[in-house]
Amino acid sequence: MSQTTSQKYCTFYLDKYYFGIEVEQVQEIIRFQEITPVALAPKVVKGLINLRGQIVTAVDLRCLLELPDREEGKVPMNIVVRTPLGAFSLLADRIGDVLGLADDSFESPPDNLSGMAGELIERAYKLDGKLLLTMAISKLVSAEVLNRTEVAAEAA
Amino acid sequence: MVDILQEFLLESREGLDQLDQDFIGLEKDPGDMGTLASVFRTIHTIKGSCGFLGFATLEGVAHMGENILDRLRNNDFSLNEQMTSLLLEMVDAIREQLDLIAATGSDGGDYQSLVSRLEALGNDLPLDGAPNEINDNSNDVSTPITMATEVLELELEENDTEEPVVVELDEEMKEVLKDFLQESFENLDIVDSELIELEEQPDNRDMLSSIFRSMHTIKGTCGFFGFDKLEKVTHIGENLLVKLRDGEYSMNEQIATGLLAMVDAVRAMLHEISAHGHDGRKNYKQLIQLLSELKSNGKLDTAELIQKPSKTTPVNATQEPIKDMSGSTVETSKPIEVASPEASSTAKPQGADKSTGAQVSGNAVEASIRVDVPVLDSLMNLVGELVLARNQIVEYVGIHENVQVVAAAQRLNLITSELQEGVMQTRMQPIHSVWAKLPRVVRDLSRACGKQIRVEMEGKSTELDKSLIEAMKDPITHLVRNSVDHGIETPEARVAAGKPAEGVLMLRAFHEGGQVHIEISDDGGGIPAHRIKNKAIENGVVSAEQASKMTDSEACKMIFLPGLSTAEEVTNISGRGVGMDVVKTNIEKISGTIDLDTEIGRGTTFKIRVPLTLAIVPALIVSTGQQRFAIPQINLIELIRVDEDQQSDAIENIQGCPVHRLRGQLLPLVYLQKELKLPDQRSGALNIVVLQAEKRRFGLVVDQINDTQEIVVKPLADALKSIPVFAGATIMGDGRVALILDTLGIGHRARVIGDAAKNTSKNVALEGGENSRPSESLLLVNTSGKSRLAIPLNQVARLEQFEVDQTEMAGNINVVQYRGQILPLIKLSDFLHDRRASNGDEEPLSDQIQVVVFGEEGMQVGLIVKEIIDVVDEVLQVRGKSSRPGVIGTAAIQGQVTELFDAAAFTTSSQELLLGLGEAA
Repeated sequence: MSQTTSQKYCTFYLDKYYFGIEVEQVQEIIRFQEITPVALAPKVVKGLINLRGQIVTAVDLRCLLELPDREEGKVPMNIVVRTPLGAFSLLADRIGDVLGLADDSFESPPDNLSGMAGELIERAYKLDGKLLLTMAISKLVSAEVLNRTEVAAEAA
Repeated sequence: MVDILQEFLLESREGLDQLDQDFIGLEKDPGDMGTLASVFRTIHTIKGSCGFLGFATLEGVAHMGENILDRLRNNDFSLNEQMTSLLLEMVDAIREQLDLIAATGSDGGDYQSLVSRLEALGNDLPLDGAPNEINDNSNDVSTPITMATEVLELELEENDTEEPVVVELDEEMKEVLKDFLQESFENLDIVDSELIELEEQPDNRDMLSSIFRSMHTIKGTCGFFGFDKLEKVTHIGENLLVKLRDGEYSMNEQIATGLLAMVDAVRAMLHEISAHGHDGRKNYKQLIQLLSELKSNGKLDTAELIQKPSKTTPVNATQEPIKDMSGSTVETSKPIEVASPEASSTAKPQGADKSTGAQVSGNAVEASIRVDVPVLDSLMNLVGELVLARNQIVEYVGIHENVQVVAAAQRLNLITSELQEGVMQTRMQPIHSVWAKLPRVVRDLSRACGKQIRVEMEGKSTELDKSLIEAMKDPITHLVRNSVDHGIETPEARVAAGKPAEGVLMLRAFHEGGQVHIEISDDGGGIPAHRIKNKAIENGVVSAEQASKMTDSEACKMIFLPGLSTAEEVTNISGRGVGMDVVKTNIEKISGTIDLDTEIGRGTTFKIRVPLTLAIVPALIVSTGQQRFAIPQINLIELIRVDEDQQSDAIENIQGCPVHRLRGQLLPLVYLQKELKLPDQRSGALNIVVLQAEKRRFGLVVDQINDTQEIVVKPLADALKSIPVFAGATIMGDGRVALILDTLGIGHRARVIGDAAKNTSKNVALEGGENSRPSESLLLVNTSGKSRLAIPLNQVARLEQFEVDQTEMAGNINVVQYRGQILPLIKLSDFLHDRRASNGDEEPLSDQIQVVVFGEEGMQVGLIVKEIIDVVDEVLQVRGKSSRPGVIGTAAIQGQVTELFDAAAFTTSSQELLLGLGEAA
């Protein structure tokens, strides 16, 4: 890792990918909270959680990035981010370290990255043995992006 | 300086709003000195402040206005309509300037014409000789200072002590005076500390501005009240401040001392005023001399003057007030006593009244404080959190048995409720703050339209939450404009219609059922339903067919739809067809409702209902599909529980749309779990929550009804706002999140409310005949052969069944003894003159006859029908014309051609029968 760090990232794992978001935007990381589902909401919106009296909208990143669903019984972690649109909780599989990354070690994601991933992944940092993909949070939680995904499937 | 500017803008705007109303009031009652005083003060303060801030244009306008007011005050002339208009124009000009200042930081624009007209107005009227020396000087702060002081000094030399002029004040003036005293005491305390700071930082212009403003306000006001001595002292002090402001001198110890002495003198005089109603007998000659010396030289260079004040004034005046800001009048007045011994005798009453004076000032200061809205908002948020925490604790304690814990929780519960109430109280404002500007709006508009309109207000002090007040401003103004422009007719038209030429616009506000009701009514021409219909058809809002089915009241409600304006011509005031829909949307945004009543020739009333506050609302908690939901109680009408074994009877179906018969009305049912696409887990009894939105009711079927709770409404994220069925979210006692249902949204989604509902059979009449062609309950019976007849069920008293042998004959009429009366029976076929039936093929098949009983107790008539088929609810559409007497026409009911029974004709003919029976008996 480079000495000339310019940006710190909070990292987390989703499926077999390694992601990062700017640490300044992260308010806190909490274990799984009870989620109140919101009927008729877009599928990516898992529901609402009560964070000490504050109502936070939980977004399932797996669903948003069109990754396969989490295995049964695996409990996601909540990364609570503060955005101009309010507080959101991003559901991730596992939390990694906070990494300081130099500006010169990243590349743009490949152009052929399609779908939501192509839109949301900003940079790909080349780390030893793996890639760290960073995402644009403010874009991720925008109503436009969240509502693009289909409405939650009708429950049985 | 920015702070000062902001404060100035804020204060001035507030003042201007009040001015609008005051002028209107003055026009009606020109002798109202209290209002005049308030007007004068406001203008004077604005003028003084902008003079100081260097807004010359604004100052010029205000100055001219003030001159007129001054003349009014002196009773040189009394206010007339032309003058009011001009003064109102001035208020507008000032407001414009303020906006400009807020936007660009400087004033501008050309108000020459206004100024010259104001000037002309001032000059046209006879002057009573002496020019307004004091007024002019105080106005042009920077110009003829020297002259003014000379005048003052001359006067002062003539008489040292003056007999106080006791100003006679009426009740209103006393009120104004009280305000003035309170404000002035506050200001003086601030000036005290500011002067000290200014001494340390002589270049602090903010501080200087603030001092200047405070002194200027006091000066202007006491000039108005006629407290000459007080005015003289403040005036000269102000002049000194001007020199400081202009940079001629910089603050030094001597000046500070002089100014502090002035502050003390002013405070002493204010105490005098508050105790005796006059500014005391002392003339403060020494102080004035000292100040003028300071003013002309910036320092004290006369040996005598240095000596005297340094012995007396500075020591006591500077040190005492710093130690004891509340101002011991005796202490501060001492130096002056020494300096002018001839006043010593008068110092005693002052000392004796010290405690009273201090008390008055103390009370006045504590009576009210200004608080920033964000502070209140955050306080409200915190209370919201507290309410949630309280709910949680109360729920938790419910399962506890420790008495102490329970007692503590109960206390917490009570205190939280009280705190919540208290904090909400701080955010409450009287509706008056919205209404205050309306008389002005009405006056301007009515003049523009050539109408005479009087505004009446009732319930001005009705309070509601500040955020709601803000939200109500535009809709109310719009409605008032509409009433003036479209509602109330021209004086000629009114007189022709036999009404007084002057129209009345009535504003009412009151609390009822936890809501604030606001009514805006005019006694104008009302809304002609046919014009609305025509317009709606023209604009393609409804089809001609739909329009023809509408009742008048329903048609009138169409004015709330976008794209409708009934004004025959668009005026510059209203009538562009945007507006009423916006009004409705805005009111609904704050969970309010709007409705209207109109009567041709009598006027129109708009009724608005809004909740007291938005942040914390009582709600019913229900659950469905293992989720909890909160329903705001404002939408709640009643709860119905249908037991399992009754469900098949209670729930009926109209083409797949479930309905419940509730006291004779069909209530469309909406299954929450189906609307929200939740798993169906219903079993057992059916819980129906009857909700109302947009005057339509529907039953929401939920799994369980839990309880009612105060909930704190929290907004949803933007991404979820597009889901119409939720109004927000809240946190329940157990810490979990629950969604708040939006009644209107659910109704729309389930298509039981809104446009879709109008064209379906689900359209159910509420409260009798409110909708067009409401569905009607009809009794279907068989007549001869297979033809069917529908009898309006509301005409039917009872359905009975008699044995044939029960019937007897009275004369040639069939009768039956029924409930202790003799009930005459008429065969339907006889009534209808049905030939086929009279031929005899239409006799009762069994030995039982079916009888439909009509009429009131004691006057009842039975109609024998062959067979009773069914009772249906149907929207009647009479198609064919009447084919025979006793039938109104035909209609398709349940897909079959059915004749409609003419109940009115039957009643008439049966009356004859009854009479005949009476004779026979």
